Amino acid sequence: MDGTFLSLQGFWFVLIAVLWAGYLVLEGFDFGVGMLLRLIGRDEAERKAVIGTIEPVWDGNEVWLIVAGGATFAAFPDWYATLFSGYYIVFFLILIALIFRAVAIEYRAKRPEPRWRSVWELAIVLGSAVPAFLWGLTFANIIHGVPIDSHGEFSGGLLDLFNGYAILGGLASLGLFAFHGAVFLTLRTAGELRRRAKAFAVRLVVPAAALVLALFVWSAANSGKSDGKWLAAAALATVAAVLLTLSLWLVVRDRDGAAFAATALAICSSVAAFFVALYPSVLVSSSKPAFSLTVFSSSSSHHTLAMMAIVALIFTPIVLAYQGWTYWVFRARLRGDSIPGGELLSGSSDRPTS
Amino acid sequence: MSALAATTVELSRWQFAITIIYHFLFVPITIGMGLFVAGLQTAWYRTRQEQYRRLTAFFGKILLINVALGVVTGIVQEFQFGMNWAAYSRYVGDVFGAPLAIEGLVAFFLESVFIGLWVFGAGRLSPRVHLATIWAVALGSIFSAYFILAANSWMQHPVGYRLNKVSGRAEMTSLWAIMTQGNLLESFAHVMAAAVVTAGALALAVSAYHLLIKNEVELFAHAARISLVVLLVGAISVVTVGHFLGQLVAREQPMKMAAAEAIFKTEKPASVSLFAIGPFEKHPSKTEFSVTVPHLLSFLTDWHWSSEVYGINYWQRDYQKEYGAGNYKPIVALNYWSFRLMVGVGFLLMAWSALGLWLARKRRLEHSRRFLRWSIPLLALPFLANTFGWLLREVGRQPWVVEGLLRTSDAFSHAVSVRAVAFTLAGFILVYTLLAGIEAGLIIYVVKRGPAPPAGKGEQPQQIELGY
Repeated sequence: MDGTFLSLQGFWFVLIAVLWAGYLVLEGFDFGVGMLLRLIGRDEAERKAVIGTIEPVWDGNEVWLIVAGGATFAAFPDWYATLFSGYYIVFFLILIALIFRAVAIEYRAKRPEPRWRSVWELAIVLGSAVPAFLWGLTFANIIHGVPIDSHGEFSGGLLDLFNGYAILGGLASLGLFAFHGAVFLTLRTAGELRRRAKAFAVRLVVPAAALVLALFVWSAANSGKSDGKWLAAAALATVAAVLLTLSLWLVVRDRDGAAFAATALAICSSVAAFFVALYPSVLVSSSKPAFSLTVFSSSSSHHTLAMMAIVALIFTPIVLAYQGWTYWVFRARLRGDSIPGGELLSGSSDRPTS
Repeated sequence: MSALAATTVELSRWQFAITIIYHFLFVPITIGMGLFVAGLQTAWYRTRQEQYRRLTAFFGKILLINVALGVVTGIVQEFQFGMNWAAYSRYVGDVFGAPLAIEGLVAFFLESVFIGLWVFGAGRLSPRVHLATIWAVALGSIFSAYFILAANSWMQHPVGYRLNKVSGRAEMTSLWAIMTQGNLLESFAHVMAAAVVTAGALALAVSAYHLLIKNEVELFAHAARISLVVLLVGAISVVTVGHFLGQLVAREQPMKMAAAEAIFKTEKPASVSLFAIGPFEKHPSKTEFSVTVPHLLSFLTDWHWSSEVYGINYWQRDYQKEYGAGNYKPIVALNYWSFRLMVGVGFLLMAWSALGLWLARKRRLEHSRRFLRWSIPLLALPFLANTFGWLLREVGRQPWVVEGLLRTSDAFSHAVSVRAVAFTLAGFILVYTLLAGIEAGLIIYVVKRGPAPPAGKGEQPQQIELGY
């Protein structure tokens, strides 16, 4: 194994970590907004505005998941195969939830009947909460370890995936995304809606941070070692905790943009802590440490990794540029108390000053 | 293989078949309607005629309802390779994963990000930039089809790879070869043309409905004429490209084409069968009865009236020599009838659109109630033809999942139990049926409501309204 080979696998491991971080930051607030839809939006105009904050962008956000999945398939076929077949029912549930959620966002406003709308709103709430929980559960299992045999195949049952640590992981991501979504809504709305979103952010930060912290502590206790890798992961986890605290302070001070940046970075550093702690494994086996899949045992050939690296290096900046531009186009805050039924915009003059 | 494993394979195949056929109901609408709507908006941008603005918004709404289901059912397909076909994913990931990942990065991002900009950006972007966003959506969906077909073509005709003796897996040697092989270029052109046909038939059916109830006759007579031209161009292209694709497949996958023609014994010259009945056996080796046109199959296969065309029984022996004992025949009846129905629909739609254009030329289209009435149920035909085309391509490749390299029966997930697959299969059927009903209801609702009223005198609307 020459040096290029090593660095290419490292490159793809990092790139996949970046794709997951991008996905969880972007769809993370989509999930949060979805979960809080009926709590923050009290009437039709408000709910329309709440959904309006993610409507133009959710589709592009979800593509990060497709690309993370596709990149894993191309760069680490064994990781992709064992993960997706092993977590079969969990992924099925995520798919069904994402299907209902997407269809609900698109179809809700297409008919005027209140019953039609409230059924789809329920689909948005559940379709957001279920994957928000299950992604946390999935990642917790990846690092905590599930039964994997000598052929690199998952050899457990469904109940092996619902252990205490994984459930805590699910609750932590659920709480984190709910908070992240509330902060996002604070940034993207004005008036009464913003006031309510802010109140929710303040209320949600304590349970969210407590769950995330509990997960970090359990993870640290589990690993039992304190080598350089462990220290790096612990440092990143600490950064995440600090950023969460900081975001609360910023929300209270009405620094909405900075608060959102802080929660987004908190998610990024949590993801980074996860991947640093995981490396060089990609799926931990609880049956026997030697059966764990690693970046070396599960990767594609040198040629494929190199070709795909070129494609990724060319196109990732282009995608980031036009997706970033979309957020710039839709930067105006929305509110739920102007012309009834209309799509309501407010300029920067509407920014809260208090 | 154990009976349990065989059941897992069988159920996984049903699940993949059902979910992919369902997904491909929406794909051709997204591609074809995307282009159709982009064309209408371009016409509005150039001429500033109110009718084009209204048609863009109206057909745009129908497009959007489809895109939602197309996107989410597409995610299911990407996940399913790993979920149900883990052995396949391990074996081909090095090669097959690349076009799939590139699809996400290059095509799917483009389509998904710009559709948001198109729908909600009307008031915020200049008309020129707004027009560019719908073209970006259309381009994204076209690129998407290209990369997915690159992956699929590799399963039909593997190129640009070598087998790694140590790992026993396929490894990519040339991305360029995978991205430019003939099977890909021709199947891509075929799918594009089929998408245009689908959009043309959809727009025609919608226009015919409004002409029948005498709603906005001028607007929809114009839309019907555009649809007929689109349909005719699409139908001529799909049949022409289909012919060349058939010739290519006859060279690359001779068993598939022999099965599609139900030609069991080698013939010289070979005749085309128009209607055939075979013995009711699992793997028949002859037809009982067949109505044939002499010499035609020889001519269609390689432009020579008297050339030899090898039959299914010949290829069966040939495959056994190369790959060992076993059955290498696909389900002949399914291939044979899928092929005939697909081709039949192509020619029928070509004739139908020609008839419609002739009526339009005689200025009788709006009043030809019988033509209009039949144009509505005719909408089912392109969807059937799309499905039959894929059945031919995928069933015709069996027993291989990757032609000559990996059998479908060896490709499944060992970690997934029969119970789990049965559960998800039932779940997908339930959810997909429910959503199909809702989507159909919603489209009918939008179609019946018709386009938004025109702008009043003196008003000059500057944007396409897609919101509600």
